[in-house]
Amino acid sequence: MAYKTIIEDGIDILVAGAGLGGTGAAFESRYWGKDKKIVVAEKANIDRSGAVAQGLYAINCYMGTRFGENNPEDHVRYARIDLMGMVREDLLFDMARHVDSTVHQFEEWGLPLMRNPKTGAYQREGRWQIMIHGESYKPIVAEAAKKSADKVFNRVCLTHLLMDESKPNRVAGAVGFNVRTGNYHVFKSKAVIVAAGGASNIYKPRSVGEGAGRVWYAPWSSGSAYGLLIGAGAKMTQMENRIVLARFKDGYGPVGAYFLHLKTYTQNCNGEEYESNWWPQLQEMVGKEYLDPEASSLTHRPIPTCLRNHALINEVNAGRGPIHMITMEAFQDPHLEEIGWHNFLGMTVGQAVLWAATDVDPKNENPELTTSEPYVMGSHATGCGAWCSGPEDISPPEYFWGYNRMTTVEGLFGAGDAAGGTPHAFSSGSFTEGRLAAKAACKYIDDGKAEGIRISDEQIEQRRAEIYKPMEHYRVYRNEITAGSVNPNYINPRQGLDRLQKLMDEYCGGVTVSYMTNDKLLHIGLKKMKVLEEDLEKIAAENIHELLRAWELKHRHLTSEAVMQHTLFRKETRWPGYYYRGDAMKVDDQNWHVLTVSRRDPETGEYTMEKAPCYHLVEA
Amino acid sequence: MPTFVYMTRCDGCGQCVDICPSDIMHMDSVVRRAYNIEPNMCWECYSCVKACPHNAIDVRGYADFAPLGHSVRVQRDEEKGVIAWRIIFRNGEKDMTLLAPITTKPWGQAIPQLADESEPSQEMRDSQHLFNEPKYIRLDDGGLHTLESNGLKLKAGVYY
Repeated sequence: MAYKTIIEDGIDILVAGAGLGGTGAAFESRYWGKDKKIVVAEKANIDRSGAVAQGLYAINCYMGTRFGENNPEDHVRYARIDLMGMVREDLLFDMARHVDSTVHQFEEWGLPLMRNPKTGAYQREGRWQIMIHGESYKPIVAEAAKKSADKVFNRVCLTHLLMDESKPNRVAGAVGFNVRTGNYHVFKSKAVIVAAGGASNIYKPRSVGEGAGRVWYAPWSSGSAYGLLIGAGAKMTQMENRIVLARFKDGYGPVGAYFLHLKTYTQNCNGEEYESNWWPQLQEMVGKEYLDPEASSLTHRPIPTCLRNHALINEVNAGRGPIHMITMEAFQDPHLEEIGWHNFLGMTVGQAVLWAATDVDPKNENPELTTSEPYVMGSHATGCGAWCSGPEDISPPEYFWGYNRMTTVEGLFGAGDAAGGTPHAFSSGSFTEGRLAAKAACKYIDDGKAEGIRISDEQIEQRRAEIYKPMEHYRVYRNEITAGSVNPNYINPRQGLDRLQKLMDEYCGGVTVSYMTNDKLLHIGLKKMKVLEEDLEKIAAENIHELLRAWELKHRHLTSEAVMQHTLFRKETRWPGYYYRGDAMKVDDQNWHVLTVSRRDPETGEYTMEKAPCYHLVEA
Repeated sequence: MPTFVYMTRCDGCGQCVDICPSDIMHMDSVVRRAYNIEPNMCWECYSCVKACPHNAIDVRGYADFAPLGHSVRVQRDEEKGVIAWRIIFRNGEKDMTLLAPITTKPWGQAIPQLADESEPSQEMRDSQHLFNEPKYIRLDDGGLHTLESNGLKLKAGVYY
């Protein structure tokens, strides 16, 4: 193949993926590393990439300390109860104490933040959410990253991290290919900040056929945050903590602003409030510590999101669906109606398209809600991701190995979806994590920790052969058949994705099994996952675009395997409503009030699992 | 579909190809105009629709649940800093126009060049501060939060 090898050498900081986490990392790197070479590699165009490509109508993580609204520890308490105890409180506190400065910068850069005319504070949607006109959120932060980086490589899909050959377990850069030219790109770098995306589309979506792209999280978020890290042997945490979202049916339009700002609420098919009917039974299962409706109404302590899902799922299973969002009252106010529509147009246009297509006017008709297929991510309300070091002034010894947000691989940092145990960061928090990782990465280099990195040509050539193998495989076998996509020697990326989704759905608690799994199912699933891995060696790519899809699928596969391993290891149903272990339905605090940590051996593919202590910073 | 391109409006400029986050807007080699090569990986994010200088790209709702006959059109104007939407329902009974700001500052001017900022001191480097902190956290004299400053103590890890 005539693809060129393009080597970018002497990089200090390589930012892998340029969504909100990556743009934050690129921006801040320039301040702490004025003399450093900062390079960004993004598989799409930085101006519209990542989960925020489309826009956002709210910033979901803002303390408002300057307005006397919240302190960082309040946010820790909130995220902790929402995730039923399982969070990295050091990382959360650290993000929360910096996130306001990030948001204040955004406003200065031109992001239109709404203000409350009475108080002068930002317009609150909820306790943690502020409202913005965020259609151009991504282009604005992209501008900040472009001003700071030495070079931005658009349309370069990173597939692997490079490892240093002079010191074990140290990162040395990354490789990938350009999805336009096909050229092979090698980035030799002293430090790498992985800020790639979480995983959509690893579970069978509710949408089918042409509509399969209508998922809640961006279809281009292909689990690279995990695929890159797992492939390099970094320890991962909380991979079992996937998320299921309650959303407007089919369009997956967000419900946050509707519940919180527009004060809409839900009912079953009989027009009844149903949630509280499920609390007594659920309290048996999870304990009063995690579900105490009385205390919740007195103290504003939220009922964990997964438990509210549990009520919705069970109400529908009991035959009292559909669940309706009661919008008809709020939408009589023209101002609230306008906000309701803007909310979609600013971040989920597909929902507006759906309502226009089906003549559902929420002013005259209450729309249906449903629960989504599961997603694996570390930046929204779940904490999947790498096991990272915390900041030096907060972290206990088990959480601290010197550099903030550094994974267990030296010189390799995580932000956004890649940093584990830090849910409820959302866009502003991901940008902030990128900033924190950038400062630490500069310090890591300044401390001389990245000296003497060596990458052999052999490693580079080996990765090159591996990357283009799907195209080679296609070239060799395509003429064995007359035409079409059915070939005994290969599957194409779409066929592989369908198989992965079916597997994850049926064996690891997807939609069609009502989010239920057990030990036996997971073992079968893992076996099938290994066979799929063998077939992925024979995946065929007809062109560069399919090569992109092939590597996205491989990252999704690595992510999925980690999800299964973690789900098997944690023998309890910690988050009913996100998934259920049918053979261990109760929350088991005695054995499982711990964080789960895994490592996949890059050579053998074998997993080792361990428990890590769960530290609590503050009283409830 | 969900996005599609009108043959008579597209001139093959490639701006949609350049911007699509999902890499699905490509050029047809025969008619030399853009089209969506992989509708089932389209998020209806409208990035290409907004980027098209000729309004040649439109969206038809997903075939698995959206009937025909609706329209959600958009115009994004960077110079004026606004975005305008028009939504027409399938039954024609609702026809809405909505306008929103996209930025409050001219593009390319408000974001600082960090390379021009003064070099951070060693004290700054050793602290927990990020760029422009603590000034930007509270915009007053408030310092950065630590566990001690917030009266917190790390409680022992729970490890079974």
